[in-house]
Order: sequence, then structure tokens, then C-alpha cells
Amino acid sequence: MGTTYIPVKTILEELDIDVVLPPMSSKKTLELGIKCSPEAICVPFKIIMGNILEGIENGADTVFMLTGCGPCRFGIFHALQNEIIRDMNLKIEFITADRFSNLAGLKEFSARLKEASPKNNYLKIFNTIRKGLKILDAVDELQELTNKIRPIEINTGEVDYLDTNFSHEIRKVHGYDEAMNLIIDYKEKVSSVKIDKTKQLLKIGIVGEIYTILEPFINLNIEKKLGVLGIDVARSISASEYVREQLDFLPFVHSGKKTIYQAAKPYLEIPIGGHAINTIGNSMLYKKQNFDGIIHLLPFTCMPEIVAQCILPTIEKEQDIPIMTLVLDEMTGEAGYMTRLEAFVDLLVKRKDLKNEGNSLSWN
Amino acid sequence: MKETVYLGIDVGSVSTNIVVIDRDQNVIIKEYYRTMGNPIKVLKNGLKALRDKIMDEMVIGGVGTTGSGRDLANFMVGADIVKNEITAHAVASSTYVPDVKTILEIGGQDSKIIILRNQIVSDFAMNTVCAAGTGSFLDRQAARLGIPIELFGDLALKSQTEVRIAGRCAVFAESDMIHKQQLGYSQEDIINGLCEALVRNYLNNIGKGKDILPPVVFQGGVAANKGIKKAFEKALNCEIYVPEHFNVMGALGAAILAQKEVENNKTKFYGLNIADIEFKVKGFECSYCPNACEVIGIYKDDILAARWGDKCGRWQNIEIESPLS
Repeated sequence: MGTTYIPVKTILEELDIDVVLPPMSSKKTLELGIKCSPEAICVPFKIIMGNILEGIENGADTVFMLTGCGPCRFGIFHALQNEIIRDMNLKIEFITADRFSNLAGLKEFSARLKEASPKNNYLKIFNTIRKGLKILDAVDELQELTNKIRPIEINTGEVDYLDTNFSHEIRKVHGYDEAMNLIIDYKEKVSSVKIDKTKQLLKIGIVGEIYTILEPFINLNIEKKLGVLGIDVARSISASEYVREQLDFLPFVHSGKKTIYQAAKPYLEIPIGGHAINTIGNSMLYKKQNFDGIIHLLPFTCMPEIVAQCILPTIEKEQDIPIMTLVLDEMTGEAGYMTRLEAFVDLLVKRKDLKNEGNSLSWN
Repeated sequence: MKETVYLGIDVGSVSTNIVVIDRDQNVIIKEYYRTMGNPIKVLKNGLKALRDKIMDEMVIGGVGTTGSGRDLANFMVGADIVKNEITAHAVASSTYVPDVKTILEIGGQDSKIIILRNQIVSDFAMNTVCAAGTGSFLDRQAARLGIPIELFGDLALKSQTEVRIAGRCAVFAESDMIHKQQLGYSQEDIINGLCEALVRNYLNNIGKGKDILPPVVFQGGVAANKGIKKAFEKALNCEIYVPEHFNVMGALGAAILAQKEVENNKTKFYGLNIADIEFKVKGFECSYCPNACEVIGIYKDDILAARWGDKCGRWQNIEIESPLS
């Protein structure tokens, strides 16, 4: 899921577990996944299925995976995938960790890690988890920075070049220190890209289902595409925020969960699974922060987000902020997708021009 | 002195349209070609025909491209503006029907709805996962019934009895049609039922949750079909306006945008003689990562002019040599 593999890989490496990374999600991953997945399941399931199969191809014998009942069908992914793999006469062990939204869950997570690496004691495991969380935050910061710089870079493509290189190099490093150094190194590189500070930007917030937001292969690189169109992109969900939301029962962890749930209240009072309430809450927050528009992403057949999708038009009208919903599935053709993004940006530009007549925005 | 005109090119999946307008945005020439899966050839022939027509009388002051092949067209002709078809359609409509509030557009492969308020686009939608309700579907059914698509609309108007056909999905619609036909319903009634099913499907899928207010403009190739127009009028209970140049509105919008774009600039247009240049497209499969992107290069007289199709951007630098394939 996007860059989430980086901290997990680091944790496992620190525990001296031999890590096999499946290749980055690609058309091949998708094809492998589709072949053996139920037809009507969402595309994240299919991708993960493909990831597992590619992992097996590369010699993995154990899958490490988060799970937990509650979020959505994600809770049954591991069981279903385990069955499918058995039906295919392949062998792989699943280590699953329930969500760690309470102490018991956290304990179980550590126990699972211990199971995979019997040599390590709990103290070491606990420390390693903390290191992993640090990496998680650092990677998210790097991505945020990348998104900030991309629309205002002077030489188009510079940031993307660094971005691509980073994702190649991070796969080659081993352990916490190397990974952290690489991240810091790239943060400096991205910060030193020449930028045009005077450029006026439109702000778009991305809300929706977590996997489609975080995995660029599925959302066809939406952040990059919008960045190139000159948009300041903010995404409502990051892996680190997700983990913080899970861990915020601990006194020293703070997440935006309360604020988001509060913001969603006029339209949705209780969490209904998945990230539906986050979608609603974050949309309201973006409105408050004077964003110009919102893009809502969801995988085809995603249940929680379908509910959110039905609420959003009311928000669009009552809160007066343009929202576009994009449903993502197996398609890798980009023409129609690009058309929608460009048209949405055009719409926002015109709207803004109209709002502050005379103070027109440079576009095209 | 030669008259300055503006050129709009819409390279769509099914048709490629070329429009020439004068300074006052009157349409001087409009050409509608079937793309037939070969946009380069069609566009070249179109430009050749255009050159013969306007030879000495006019000079092209600006060019705009739109449609799903807008980038390809841009590489070929050197456009002043490259615009997505939603914006282009909206611009064209609101030029000719200034107070338009809703645009229904049904083309060959996709259908859209565009909502305008105060002459700017306030909302839009495009079909996402389903092709039922587009021109290609009608085309297919017309072929199946052995009726030329041009007569489809007139036949629908002759219908006497209402026949309900499932419109949710092209496959269901087809089997439903066959079933009704075997029950003995007349062809006119079935065609009318199909038109209504298509409209129902359009309004449920694309028009879902949209505030459809009059004046409503109906454009795109399918707007030629009177049966569909009538079905829309019945469903929306208001008059539907089909503009004179309904089938080339995208190209028209591109031309209008081009005119605005060159107000203060010189045009980037390469000239109509590009019709004589040999354009070739060569593709290869990149082997750098498992995405195996199909990278397409366009060659102008055997010199690489541009390359696209790669996710990572590696091949967009045309100085890197293409691998031999």
C-alpha cells in the first residue's frame, strides 16, 4: 500500500527476519491477482492477492499482514486469501496482527513478531516497533514535502525524478539506520529543488478509501498528475495518521480522529466501517480550511465509501465546495481519467476567478 | 487580405472532427470523419481536404485540439491550446446558448453531463464503468436489427405502443430486446423502447444526483437521433435544444478557445502543409520494470518528435534512444 512497506520492512529487518519484498505493484501484479480473486471484490484485494503471489514467486514462505474485524472487508482478506492460496496448491504461512487499537491488540502484535523471530526479546521488539513508527512518519513527511514542491518547481520533472529514484533506492537499503539516512538525504534533495514561491496555487484535498489514496498504482498517480497541473494536493489519509488513530488510546499518541469525527457529525454520526466517516469529516475540514475543491476516491464495490458517496452531494451543495468522485477499478487506461481531472481543475479555476474578479489566476 | 480563421480539432474514439470558424465564431467549415482506429491518417486526410478548400482565401490564426486524442493531435499540428473535451463542450454550448444550464452529451464511447451555472461549469460527470447508453451500443443494435443508424430516430418516432426494455446493462438490454422481438412487438416499438431505456440508464447513472435545469442542450453524435431526443423530453419534461452543430461541438469549443488563446500570442500552428509530412508511430514495450508500459513514439519524417505512454517519465526525454524492438 503505497510506501507503507518501508517501515514494515525496516521493522522486520531489524529483527533479523529475512524480508522478501514483492516487486512494486504493476500490471502483472494486478493480472495475477484478478485471475484468482472473487470477481466482485474490490481492487485492493486483487492487488494484495497479486502481491502475495509475486512474493511466493520470489521465495517468500510467510506473509505478514494486518487485519482486524471492523474496517471493512479488509478484515477477511487474510482468511480468504489463505483459502485461495491453499486451493492453488501453494504453501505460505500467514502471520496476521489484529488492529492494535487497544493494549491487548498491541501485545498480540508483539507476540506475533516474536513468533516470527524467536531470538528476540520483547524489549527489542517493542523498540523496533517504535523505530518502525519513526520511519513511517519520516516517509510520510517526505511525501508531503514532495507534493508541496512539485507544483511550484521551476524545472518541471525534477521532483518526480527524485521521487522515482527514492522508491528504487529505498528497496536496496537494509535496516533502520540506512533507511532513515536515505529518507533524510532525499528530504534535503527535494527541499533544494528550485521553486517559484510566487506561484498561486489551487488547493485540492483528497478523501476516500485508504488503499486507493495511498497506492499510486491504483489511483494512477493522482498526486503527481494534479501536482503537474499546478495543484497543491493534500491527502486526508496517510499511513502514519492511520496508525496514530489506532494507537491514540495511549496517552502519548495524538491523532486527528476526534476532530474528524466531530466535523462529520452534521452528516454522519457514527463510524460505519472503513473510512467513510473520515471521508465526510475531512471534507468538512477541507471546507473550513478554504480548499478550492475535493476529490473523493474509492474502489469499485467499496461498501463504506458508497455510503460516503451518497452523502457528499449534500455536502457539496450545502457547504458550497466542488467535490468530484472517482471510482477506481482495474482500468489502467488514463485518457478518461485525465479528462476528468483536467476538467475539474478548469472548473475550480473558473470558480476562483469568478470569486475574486480582477485577481485572476495564472493558468495555461 | 486573407481572412483569419481558427481551427478546432476533436480527435475522439469514433469520430474526428475539424471545424473552422471566423472571427465572429461563425462556423465556416465543419468536417466529420470516422476515426476508424487510425487517427493519424484520418487527421492528415482531413487537413489535406481542408487545405484544398481554403487554399488562398484564409489564413489559420490559431489551433485548438480536444478529445481523447488531443495530445496526439497536438504533436502533429502544433496546437495553441490543448483542452479536455468537457471544458471544450461547455465553452461551445455556452457560446451559442448563453444561458444554458445543462448539457447532455452522448458520444461514441462516452457520455457526459455538464451542469453550468452563471455560464461556468459547476459540476460534471462521465460514464465510468458502463458503456450501455453510448453511441456504440446504439450502433451495434442498429446493425443487429439491420437498420441504418440514420433511420433509427425516425423509426422510434413512429412507435405506437410502449415497450419496456431493460437499460441497466448492454447485455441485459440486448437479451430483453430479443425476447420482446420474439413476442411479436413491432420494430418501431422496440427501437423506441431502446431509446427510452438508454435515456433512463443515462439519467440514472450519469445524471444521478445532478440538478438538471432548463435550458437543456443535447449534443454529441447521438443527438442526431430524434428518438433519444424525444425520450429525453419525456423523461425530463422540458424542451431539449439540439444545436445546429451538435456533432462537432467539441471541435468548435477548441476553436473558440484557440481564438481566445492567440489574442496576445502568435500561433504555434505548423501550417497546413503538415498534411504532406510522413507521420509514423512506433511503439515498444519498456522492460525496466514489471509495468511493461507500452511506450509510443511519434516520428515526423523518421525523426522522433515525441514519446509517451510510460508511467515513470523515463522515455519522455527524446534524446534517449528507443530500444530496438
